[in-house]
Amino acid sequence: MTLLLQRIFDGLTTGAIYAAVAVALVLIFKATTLINFAQGELAMIGAFFGYVFAVQTDVLDFISEDDTYLKTWVAAIIAMIISAILALIIERVLVRPFDPTDHLPVVLITLGLFLIINAMAGEIWNYQAQSPPMPGLFPNNFDDLIMVGEARLFYDAMGIVFTLLVMLAILFFVLNRTKMGLAFRAVSSNTESARLVGVRTGRVLGFGWALAASFGTLGAILVAPRLSLQPNMMAVVLIYALTSAAVGGLDSLGGAALGGVIIGLVNSVGVGYISDWEPFEFLRATPLLLSLIALLITLWFKPSGLFGTKAVERV
Amino acid sequence: MTIAETETAGATSSSPEIMLSVNGIEASYGAVQVLRDLSLEVPKGEVVVVLGANGAGKTTTLRAICNMVTCSGSVTLEGHEIGKSNTADIVNRGVAHVPQGRGTFPELSVKDNLYVGAYTRGDKDGVEDDIDRWFTKYPVLGERKDQTAGSLSGGEQQMLAVSRALMSRPKVLLLDEPSLGLAPIIIEDLFQTFKSINEEEGTTMLVVEQNANLALDIANKGYVLEAGEIVLEGNAKDLQNDPAVQEAYLGG
Repeated sequence: MTLLLQRIFDGLTTGAIYAAVAVALVLIFKATTLINFAQGELAMIGAFFGYVFAVQTDVLDFISEDDTYLKTWVAAIIAMIISAILALIIERVLVRPFDPTDHLPVVLITLGLFLIINAMAGEIWNYQAQSPPMPGLFPNNFDDLIMVGEARLFYDAMGIVFTLLVMLAILFFVLNRTKMGLAFRAVSSNTESARLVGVRTGRVLGFGWALAASFGTLGAILVAPRLSLQPNMMAVVLIYALTSAAVGGLDSLGGAALGGVIIGLVNSVGVGYISDWEPFEFLRATPLLLSLIALLITLWFKPSGLFGTKAVERV
Repeated sequence: MTIAETETAGATSSSPEIMLSVNGIEASYGAVQVLRDLSLEVPKGEVVVVLGANGAGKTTTLRAICNMVTCSGSVTLEGHEIGKSNTADIVNRGVAHVPQGRGTFPELSVKDNLYVGAYTRGDKDGVEDDIDRWFTKYPVLGERKDQTAGSLSGGEQQMLAVSRALMSRPKVLLLDEPSLGLAPIIIEDLFQTFKSINEEEGTTMLVVEQNANLALDIANKGYVLEAGEIVLEGNAKDLQNDPAVQEAYLGG
């Protein structure tokens, strides 16, 4: 029982992080029906922006000498804003000039961005885990926890899940209660008709990129203290996030969030118990396998994902 | 040589009543020229119909007016050049366009479709009033306001598309083959609705259609488009009685 509870806690925490990146992927997919393969790297460089403000420079020292959490939070918000601006520029300069109905050029561009951003981060910060490490947004010492029965529930695990829920609520509000959100949903639903009611579709797509980038950046900053901040840290997260988005439905934001949680639980509870059984011990080394099996089973029964409406297309 | 050319030459009468005027536009898709020196005029408060078979260039004409295809020539709205503006600006100036195949937002609720239609407007209260007005006028939309547009029937979607377009309080409404894919009885209703909107709201309309009879019934004036050229124009009654039009578009 204790072990199960512990594995559920772990699964929910990693699931929340997959969910953050999956939601970012789905935001772009909904508007453009393409996968931004650079989403993970944009999030990674966003986390480095946060690191610059939280650790590498003292520009934020005026906030507080001793409250590192407040300083880290401010650094995180600055990082989210910078990544949003960076995404706006990328969308405007590298994506918008291309015909949106022809997916191949843009997919290649996002793949190119993946490599460029990764290499740039490696050049600037090198490929080692950064030291001192990225501070957490929540207390994350070994004794910052409460006991639920015998299981340990860490403050930062609760904080990560809570932050994701708040971000989803904000996103839901922006999309459903603001004019920009309405325009975004209109462009996602029918781009040509959106133009014909006077929506400046380019700006709306830029807004989608900016929103997605800041969402992903927050996910990366949340995960950085766990994975240790380094340029390759998001590669695996991106694969899990893609799997999560596909499980939940590539055009459903709620589905992507739920998909993240499902994949998190599969990874922790599923892999945990199955690999306890000797013939499947190898799963501990290749936990992704079980997530991909979960994806296959989902798509077998529901090709558009749990909450998706469009079947996935080949790019 | 064609009637269109003589008409353009003679259309310099200083009438301020012209709402929309298209002057000598040409458009091509790649090497294929779709519109050749096309000119037409839509007087204020009137319904003008452009008839033509598939591929004659009807849709391209409407898309050219909204600058959704690149074309040369000029388009003026109330005498102001709009041909070089981007689509959003053209909509802002009072052109609403219901594209072929309805052009609703299938994943959005009926109500949100109407809100999007009012995207260019800043008066919140006026928008709410207009939405209530359309819901009163077309109760079926009101009953389904929280349903997604995609769940409506074809006729209901066309009604929604028209209401959505009128939410921007346009000066001129462009309708691209509104009858496409609808049952005859529904088409008749729909055209009566257009007529009543035109009479009650004073909305100027440019309709492109294959269904010549119904369209000419509600129109003041008509043009016949063939292979990207205006080959015939006149007032609607004359066109309905024209033997050439009857043979080609009215089934003899």
